[in-house]
Amino acid sequence: MENGLSYLRLLEAESIHILREVAAEFSRPVMLYSIGKDSSVMLRLALKAFYPAKPPFPLLHVDTSFKFGEMIEFRDRTCAELGLKLIVHRNEPALEAEANPFRLGTQRCCAALKTRALLDALAEGGFDAAFGGARREEEKSRAKERVYSFRDSRGRWDPKNQRPELWNLYNSRIDKGESMRVFPLSNWTEVDVWRYIQLENIPVVPLYFAREREVLERDGQLIPMEHNPPLRPGEAPITAMCRMRSLGCTYCSGAVRSNATSVAEIIGELELARRSERENRVIDHDQEGSMELKKREGYF
Amino acid sequence: MALLEPITGLLRFTTAGSVDDGKSTLIGRLLHDSKSLYEDQIEAVRRVSRDGLELAYLTDGLRAEREQGITIDVAYRYFATPKRRFIIADTPGHEQYTRNMATGASTATLAVILIDARKGVLPQTRRHAAISHLLGIRRLVIAVNKMDLVAFRQETFEQIRAAFLEFSSRLGACELAFIPISALDGDNVVDRSGRIPWYTGPSLLEYLESVPDESAPAHQPLRLPVQFVIRDAANSRAYAGPIAAGEVRPGDEVLVLPSRKIVRVQSLPSREGAQERAFRPMAAAVALADEVDVGRGDMLADPVQPPVAARRFRARVVWMSERPLELQTVYLIKHTTQTVCAEAVEMVSRLDIETLEEGACKHLRLNEIGTVEFETHRPIFCDPYAVNRTTGCCILIDPATNLTLGAAMIESAEEGGGTRRGLPASAGRGMTVWLTGLSSAGKSTLGQALYDRLWAMGHKVEMLDGDTIRRNLCKGLGFSKEDRDENIRRIGFVAELLTRNGVVVLVSAISPYRSVREEVRRQIGSFVEVYVNSPLAVCERRDVKGLYRRARSGQLPGFTGVDDPYEPPENPEVECRTDLETLQESTERVLRYLESRLV
Repeated sequence: MENGLSYLRLLEAESIHILREVAAEFSRPVMLYSIGKDSSVMLRLALKAFYPAKPPFPLLHVDTSFKFGEMIEFRDRTCAELGLKLIVHRNEPALEAEANPFRLGTQRCCAALKTRALLDALAEGGFDAAFGGARREEEKSRAKERVYSFRDSRGRWDPKNQRPELWNLYNSRIDKGESMRVFPLSNWTEVDVWRYIQLENIPVVPLYFAREREVLERDGQLIPMEHNPPLRPGEAPITAMCRMRSLGCTYCSGAVRSNATSVAEIIGELELARRSERENRVIDHDQEGSMELKKREGYF
Repeated sequence: MALLEPITGLLRFTTAGSVDDGKSTLIGRLLHDSKSLYEDQIEAVRRVSRDGLELAYLTDGLRAEREQGITIDVAYRYFATPKRRFIIADTPGHEQYTRNMATGASTATLAVILIDARKGVLPQTRRHAAISHLLGIRRLVIAVNKMDLVAFRQETFEQIRAAFLEFSSRLGACELAFIPISALDGDNVVDRSGRIPWYTGPSLLEYLESVPDESAPAHQPLRLPVQFVIRDAANSRAYAGPIAAGEVRPGDEVLVLPSRKIVRVQSLPSREGAQERAFRPMAAAVALADEVDVGRGDMLADPVQPPVAARRFRARVVWMSERPLELQTVYLIKHTTQTVCAEAVEMVSRLDIETLEEGACKHLRLNEIGTVEFETHRPIFCDPYAVNRTTGCCILIDPATNLTLGAAMIESAEEGGGTRRGLPASAGRGMTVWLTGLSSAGKSTLGQALYDRLWAMGHKVEMLDGDTIRRNLCKGLGFSKEDRDENIRRIGFVAELLTRNGVVVLVSAISPYRSVREEVRRQIGSFVEVYVNSPLAVCERRDVKGLYRRARSGQLPGFTGVDDPYEPPENPEVECRTDLETLQESTERVLRYLESRLV
């Protein structure tokens, strides 16, 4: 520490620089808060960046209504404790039309309840910049994402038409209706996130810790029973010691078998892990290049 | 993967090679053999591979890349060994994507350049080496790949080394390492190869693990570009920004640029308590002992060794746009935390990347590199790029399309400088352009845009911003009708003096009352009223300064639009609906009117 910063503090400094730059150069930023571990880290960085003031932007949660109850509870408690403004947006018309992953399939469900809902929420709020917790290491089309990801007036991403991004000089100029998605955690890896959570003692949703949960074992995935996925003939829920490695909607976030009940144990487990963190995200794998296609349409 | 071992350093490196040199394969091999890949990622690649495990699929993330079998865009990869953390900027070698090469090199301290052993040193190789060097990389690894296809012949390797050295001797100071590899088979990538006995040096990964950690900063004078002003509930201020060089401690004296005031640092507040020191590359916040006017774009610096405050500088430019860089064109330059208008005033030379010779030129085209003199309308606080990458670099932005056009590395800059200062009002006579409208309607933004454009056209121009005026000329005035009128009369008085002296004065002030605006108009004569019109609801939603929120909660009584009236102009010369049109449209609308009056 005498002559340099530790690796985590270096990542922290880079991220805080990005958060401040956006707050200074955009007129209406918003932070996408998805309640997961990455959002928890991003939120802590925002609290640091503007201390002693509160972050000069609200949080936005796109609620598909298929999130875990524990996530919603954690969200509301966190925002209340920190005194932060939270906007919750749901695609109500789609929900009234009974959109759900069981009926629509995961791709169309995601398009309606996440992507559409997100674009509507951003337009409604007149937000010109939206922070997201995505990391380049997560998925290979994300490896090519800029820190400032330009979106046209319909919120779409064109991977071939991105602005070159040199040094830490971010071009924030946009026209009316256009917007920027900004990823302060671009250079973090999954294990960096956990090490930082440990270092900073950041609270996370208890779903990340292993305990016995009722799940459905299907196609190699452990699917949580919270929203009662319809059972196929011969299927029955089992009780397994497991945890969530990545949080999303219940049906689309497979659990992994694990005995890790603390952050230290999670880090220990990741050290030995041979499977990637998004493996259990059903939506990433509905077809080859799936994430890229979703991003082009406006997904985070 | 021993991610929990102590981390001794971070190495950011870039990789470059021509098409088919096997760069994606090399990176796939590095990740695979250093056990940085997960099983499901390997399985996914195995599914799409035509032949066994095609490592390139690990990194070609976009559909078009897989379809065309080439890498299109710069990608970032992360891996760690027990010795070190690595970030790879994987940059495509295809000529049309040269800008990505510069992008990847901008944050790297080392470059791995691939050469196909069968093809030897190609024009692309020279280009990659030159760009890396230009962007400040002083350590190059020449990985001679596909050695298996030349039967691991030492002679081939030595010929390539000699050819590269002949070229690189002209680059300037640079550490070089040459390693014979086969990315496809893994020879000398992670483990040393038994098939190349004549090579006794380290494998590529061993070399990458062993190069000195250059991220530890040498002692340099303080540079802290102010990024954001943090105001707490008690309205005390902290100036937040990245430390671009040096360090700062409470009690230190710092120079504030551009005001040149010397102030003492009171404290370094942080969420974890006051800090004892902050140093590069931390993101710091600094509270100053005296009340001074400091804002975004200003810089806190070492008073003894300050940066150059320059309005004219010479830079190496990498041009990245189809539209060439030309003289007499206005560009925006983003340098540290400020964006200024600039013009290229002299094309010094163009660099021939093959021969490294400088030649004369009139403009720079896509992918060309040259030396250009720029003049800016406000000073930038800079150091040469060779001394400090952060305060020595800038990007050029097209004010019309918002695209990033090029990257520039400052070679030299003169204190002051700029021939435009003190230009006679050759373009016309003075006038006052009065921007009136609700708080958050966009008056200052429009004013700044007009300022930039008018300056670029050669006018003497001055900005009187209501917020700034209330901090000095009108300090102590409140928000009663009488005080508001007095505020406007004082601004009007200064505007008249300037107008009389041939200056185009841009006033941005709410100025809610019609009668006093009319009074000022009569007094000045050469007066253009611009109604910056945006509905209250829109302004309130923007609430740039958080004032509406405070007004609604009763903390700001007598706030215009909330509980004090705004009287819109009855016959403004120009009206801009900032809720319906873009800043550019508003700017053009005002300029069109002014042009008719200025000539």
